[in-house]
Amino acid sequence: MSHSAQRLGVVAESAPGETRVAATPATVPHLVSLGYEVIVESGAGRRSGFTDDAYAGAGARIAGREETWDADIVLKVNAPSADEITALHDGTTLVSLIGPAADPGLVDALARRPITVLAMDAVPRVSRAQSLDVLSSMANIAGYRAVIEAAHAFGRLFTGQVTAAGKVPPAKVLVAGAGVAGLAAIATATSLGAVVRATDPRPEVAEQVRSLGAEFLDVGVAQAASTDGYARETSRDYDRRAAEMYAEQAADVDIVVTTALIPGRPAPRLLTAEHVARMRPGSVVVDMAAAQGGNVEGTRPGEAVVTGNGVTIIGYTDLAGRLPAQASQLYGTNLVNLMKLLTPGADGRLVLDFDDVVQRAMTVVRDGEKTWPPPPVPVSAAPTTPATAPSSAASAPVRETAAAPAGRPPSPPGRRRHLVTAAVAVVLFLLTAFSPNALIEHLTVFVLSIVIGYYVIGNVHHALHTPLMSITNAISGIIVVGALLQIGQGDGVVAVLSFVAILLASINIVGGFAVTRRMLGMFTRS
Amino acid sequence: MTLSTAAQAAYIVAALLFILSLAGLSKHETARSGVVLGISGMVIALAATVVLAADGAATLTVVLLLVAMAIGAAVGLWRARIVEMTAMPELIAILHSFVGLAAVLVGWNGFLEVENGGGALAELPGSLLGVHHAEVSIGVFIGALTFTGSIVAFLKLSARIDSRPMMLPGKNSLNLGALAAFAVLTVLFVASPNLGLLVALTVVALLLGWHLVASIGGGDMPVVVSMLNSYSGWAAAASGFLLDNNLLIVTGALVGSSGAYLSYVMCQAMNRSFISVIAGGFGIEAGPSGDRDYGEHREITAVETADLLKEAKSVVITPGYGMAVAQAQYPVAELTRRLRERGVEVRFGIHPVAGRLPGHMNVLLAEAKVPYDIVLEMDEINDDFATTTVVLVIGANDTVNPGAVEDPDSPIAGMPVLRVWEAENVIVFKRSMATGYAGVQNPLFFRDNSRMLFGDARQRVEEIVSAL
Repeated sequence: MSHSAQRLGVVAESAPGETRVAATPATVPHLVSLGYEVIVESGAGRRSGFTDDAYAGAGARIAGREETWDADIVLKVNAPSADEITALHDGTTLVSLIGPAADPGLVDALARRPITVLAMDAVPRVSRAQSLDVLSSMANIAGYRAVIEAAHAFGRLFTGQVTAAGKVPPAKVLVAGAGVAGLAAIATATSLGAVVRATDPRPEVAEQVRSLGAEFLDVGVAQAASTDGYARETSRDYDRRAAEMYAEQAADVDIVVTTALIPGRPAPRLLTAEHVARMRPGSVVVDMAAAQGGNVEGTRPGEAVVTGNGVTIIGYTDLAGRLPAQASQLYGTNLVNLMKLLTPGADGRLVLDFDDVVQRAMTVVRDGEKTWPPPPVPVSAAPTTPATAPSSAASAPVRETAAAPAGRPPSPPGRRRHLVTAAVAVVLFLLTAFSPNALIEHLTVFVLSIVIGYYVIGNVHHALHTPLMSITNAISGIIVVGALLQIGQGDGVVAVLSFVAILLASINIVGGFAVTRRMLGMFTRS
Repeated sequence: MTLSTAAQAAYIVAALLFILSLAGLSKHETARSGVVLGISGMVIALAATVVLAADGAATLTVVLLLVAMAIGAAVGLWRARIVEMTAMPELIAILHSFVGLAAVLVGWNGFLEVENGGGALAELPGSLLGVHHAEVSIGVFIGALTFTGSIVAFLKLSARIDSRPMMLPGKNSLNLGALAAFAVLTVLFVASPNLGLLVALTVVALLLGWHLVASIGGGDMPVVVSMLNSYSGWAAAASGFLLDNNLLIVTGALVGSSGAYLSYVMCQAMNRSFISVIAGGFGIEAGPSGDRDYGEHREITAVETADLLKEAKSVVITPGYGMAVAQAQYPVAELTRRLRERGVEVRFGIHPVAGRLPGHMNVLLAEAKVPYDIVLEMDEINDDFATTTVVLVIGANDTVNPGAVEDPDSPIAGMPVLRVWEAENVIVFKRSMATGYAGVQNPLFFRDNSRMLFGDARQRVEEIVSAL
């Protein structure tokens, strides 16, 4: 069967201040190898530093605005404007950031056209889809850039030095929220030589924080915050303790980077004006949540402001875009991975498979029919980070929001274990209480031996499990003791049965020990 | 000190030595002294028992007893000497069956003694007699179940019968029905002990054991064997209750919990519940992912593989049951030696359910003289694949299936697997493109960094060795 390849258009971004582009000369060959005819709008990569010639050299055709928008598939970074929506021809597939949850009006506008729209920011958080997850890739470089911006605005060195002109102390950096962006910020700040501390309400990220060389500040009440029914109370408690910690840290650190976001809600307020007032003049705060209302009181989205006491609050909302070449490269790679998924035949035909949860979740409009919101996706792995960036540092319900979309029935392992333990205890109690005395003694021995066995066996090295089985085989031959004592006790039948039992159990004992010895003799070190 | 208290003292010492023996197995360094402790415990227990049994017994009895032990010891020693390491699962299974049968015989004896009015048991008051009979019935039941279950496992493992699961209609209700019948028979037996009921009970247990294991497939054997290990322990413990013998109870409980723990580890490694393994029938409905188009796989020759290995910085070998089937462990060990001489870092990654027995791969590799400190378990090596140049997958399939991690619809979704696909190159040794035990297609074979090396694993590895 022969058919013409679909045309895939990479358009220039129209949003003011946008520097990124949806494909780079490095990603174009991958798109071409999937069988597509790739068209790049002239000048699309200029602000990322990619020339038309570079695109042409990579196998793309350079075209004008109209021709590019007329492609069968349009790749873009930002959501399209009203004009751009009308520029799409019927049956086109548009792939870009949409923000369907934040902007339902846009989804309705898109659904009025007979087109298909995939939202790059609606990738479900399943491990298979990680390679498409643009939110993670952007958060990563934004975290890096946040520290670079802070270093730029900070009038001192990050790294401590002893110079002929005197001693320079290292800068102290506090990172609030250890999600993708937070961890990137931590890594960047430590590699610049700063002393880094980080905080997060999820105690499980402490290990990751420490592995990057930073200190983890534990608020200490996070555990209680997740208990049902007490969320409000403990949340207040957590906020109070967190606020105390921020007040203390604000007076001590030079740089604060806040990354706290809650999906679908305004960003939580972490630093109040009072906290900022306690900071030393010359200190810098980077509020990565500025676009969602800010974690810091006094942040102005898109701007850097200096407070009365000389503290710079940076509220840039385009941190990732400030590394245009890198951001475009990562976004472009995310798109390539998506196109691979959508082009199973590598034949230049886009096939949308609604049985695939990833493709289903990303599709907000199909052939003019609104398909947002998608059905919940079963999350395969434990959710790592809730959304765009790190969960909040201050608000208790965040983790519940994040865990909510899990499709599998939530099994509270703790409670179930308690129930099982209780049931076993009750059964054991009843069994013993109604037993004659002689049996109780045996039950005691039996139960304690099981416990000992469990702990002893739990320590056995995996590599020795086969020898373990053969040695337990040998010692379970101890049943021979029973037969030995019975052989002389009864008549001929008993004697014969005992004889057989002794013979079999002896095979076990000797065979089991001998084969264990033989096996263990084979294990050698290098 | 009477003979009887001396024997009890010996039993306590023996029980402690058994515990220390198992504790010794926790590390390679102490494992051998662990065996010595176990043997000492057994010698002490047996010596005490033989003396106790011989005390005041007829000469014929003593002779019979010693003859039985001598024959058993000779047979055991002989089998242990000649057994192939690839045949370890069979040996273990048949040894389980012996314990099971011995427990049945001991239980029967316990009943016959009372019937004959022999022994001290005849004077038991009514309530204790009831307990005694309940103990007989439980001991016989567990023993008989272990016996036939182990026989079937033995037959399956040694390929004497088809290892596919037997699918009788309504198999779960058959199992439950057998359990219910056991409960009813026990109650009747306690109320009015007679030989007919005990025979019926034994037959029910024998059938249940047979059916239980017959309906479980070959790949689930690690779980089955460790489950039977556990049962053989419980059978011994039940005999201990019956005979008023604490040594049997302690040892049985140790063995029982050991087997149960191993079953648990195996089930974890397959991300399945114990019940689902016992209920059997895994892999029957592999359905949807079977027809998906995964693209093309690419082949590689042994010579090309050798070239790749020469240039490699680090190599990880992940063996599976296929390596044991092809008897490829010796050439694999030779390959390992050659590569290490060239300065290539070679390690092994062992999935907990690789092989047909917990820890089976470790024993096979040890037999082939692969040093145990380069044989790592899954959790130890999984993070290192990303920095590995070449991974050789030899006779493994489901344990290296990326679908388990990436495809939530996969029948093996959530099963922890070796993440071999993160390595730079993956060479898969395989006889054909057939699916693994779970009947699930393996997307690994179609990855860009994967190459297939078809043919007999042993032959192919030998070719690589000679090309080096």
